[in-house]
Amino acid sequence: MSGSALRGQVAIVGAADTDVGVLPGRTPMELCVEAALAAIADAGLDKSDVDGLITCNAMAQPMLYHAEAAAEYMQIFPRYCFAAGAGGGTTFSVIHHAMSAIATGMADVIVVSMADAMRSGLTREQAMLVQASTGHPEFEQPYGVTVPAYYALIAQAHMAEFGTTEAQFAGIAVACREHASRNPTAQMRDPITVADVLESRLIADPLHLLDCSLVSDGGSAVVLMSAERAADTAHAPVYILGAGEGHSHEHISAARSLTTSAAKEAGERAFAMAGLGPAEMDFAQLYDCFTPTVMVELEDLGFCAKGEGGAFVDSGALLPGGALPVNTHGGLLSHCHPGNPGSMFALTESVWQLRGSCGERQVAGATNALVHAQGGIMSSHAALVLGKEVG
Amino acid sequence: MNAEIPSRVQPTPNAVSAPYWEACARGELSLQHCNGCQQFQFYPRTICSHCGGTDLAWQVVSGSGRVKSFTVVRRGISKAYAAPYVVALIELKEGPSMMSTIVGSEPEVVAIGASVQVGFEAWSEDIQMPVFSLT
Repeated sequence: MSGSALRGQVAIVGAADTDVGVLPGRTPMELCVEAALAAIADAGLDKSDVDGLITCNAMAQPMLYHAEAAAEYMQIFPRYCFAAGAGGGTTFSVIHHAMSAIATGMADVIVVSMADAMRSGLTREQAMLVQASTGHPEFEQPYGVTVPAYYALIAQAHMAEFGTTEAQFAGIAVACREHASRNPTAQMRDPITVADVLESRLIADPLHLLDCSLVSDGGSAVVLMSAERAADTAHAPVYILGAGEGHSHEHISAARSLTTSAAKEAGERAFAMAGLGPAEMDFAQLYDCFTPTVMVELEDLGFCAKGEGGAFVDSGALLPGGALPVNTHGGLLSHCHPGNPGSMFALTESVWQLRGSCGERQVAGATNALVHAQGGIMSSHAALVLGKEVG
Repeated sequence: MNAEIPSRVQPTPNAVSAPYWEACARGELSLQHCNGCQQFQFYPRTICSHCGGTDLAWQVVSGSGRVKSFTVVRRGISKAYAAPYVVALIELKEGPSMMSTIVGSEPEVVAIGASVQVGFEAWSEDIQMPVFSLT
């Protein structure tokens, strides 16, 4: 079975973000609930309409039964309820699951809400746990590998194999910032240049500080229901035309390849379900915890040939008004990155872009989009194709 | 947290990995070799990740390989690691890849494809850690 029966069966009918950035004193649960209730209101629904809830755990407030605690806080009583964990890839993996749950009748109205307070809410012990949660405890961590260092291994391999330059990685950070400068909610809005990125201090060669994403607080939520039921909701529905995943490893030292990721399978599966291809996407939101991930994803998702990501960035395609605007909200690099919930903001942004409500940063005539997220060190990939019409 | 000088992250050997660390303590790099499909694997497992077989034997290997990728960590993970230091993925001659570090050279001379040879560095009284030098 290809899973193609899910094509266009489910729609996103509500979307909301909390404030993002530095939010001292706000707990992840408060942000999670605020986002969920705002998304329900955006959909023109009441919390009593919700019978499915998916959350992810919060580093700054870990709970054994996170989704149940969120349901209790809001006093909703779902028949489908779980908290998921696949790192940054969680967001679109759970959307894939939620589509299946709606199609099979496990739930009718599912809220996906995620929040964390990585910037203001971590105790020193929790911050150390975050650092220690990455890498193999016996065969990687002893060498003092930082999170940027794992991704730097990918960047170096791409440079050696394809001649990609530091300036080309920097171009990705510049493009995200250009988008963020048009988004009043973004954490970092002052435009930057390639020289600014290259002159920012080295963190792990070749990655400079401005090649690395932000550390933020914030929450974000969407509401999903069947496309049939979505016909009479408050806003024009955004249909999920395709979904696909690929999972290739957990530890980068055990990866099949450093320069080709399972984003390839995730994208191929999502496009196959949608019956659309990369050339038909009006914008893309690509997981950008560090600039080299976007380089690899552009290639693996088929927006350019393998090894040509650098030239694609140089063409200006990723910029506002470019051939493929990427991370139109500013991405993890410039909008916000509160940890595992990070890609939720790429999803809500995509909903608003496809509704046509993005004001200054609106992608003209946006009809279809690809959103992608990954977790681990390019380990766990999920991609969605979204559209204004089922077609 | 107390104010003691931090120590580097220490591996905790288990029943499966103990022979690896015991070999390191003798100054040897040893990998699991599958008697079924004749392939090496790393890290140690209860099964062969290639063929699923369980007839695995430890074999001392050459310790030579090449740099598959590397980075120079400029901001260390803790005070126990004096930056700058190299983190490198090493592709061993026998096939498997492993995370390690390059010692004995300035970070600036490390390059992808460079030939390396294993050595060992004391991480604690009990643990000798495999590290690599350019050859």
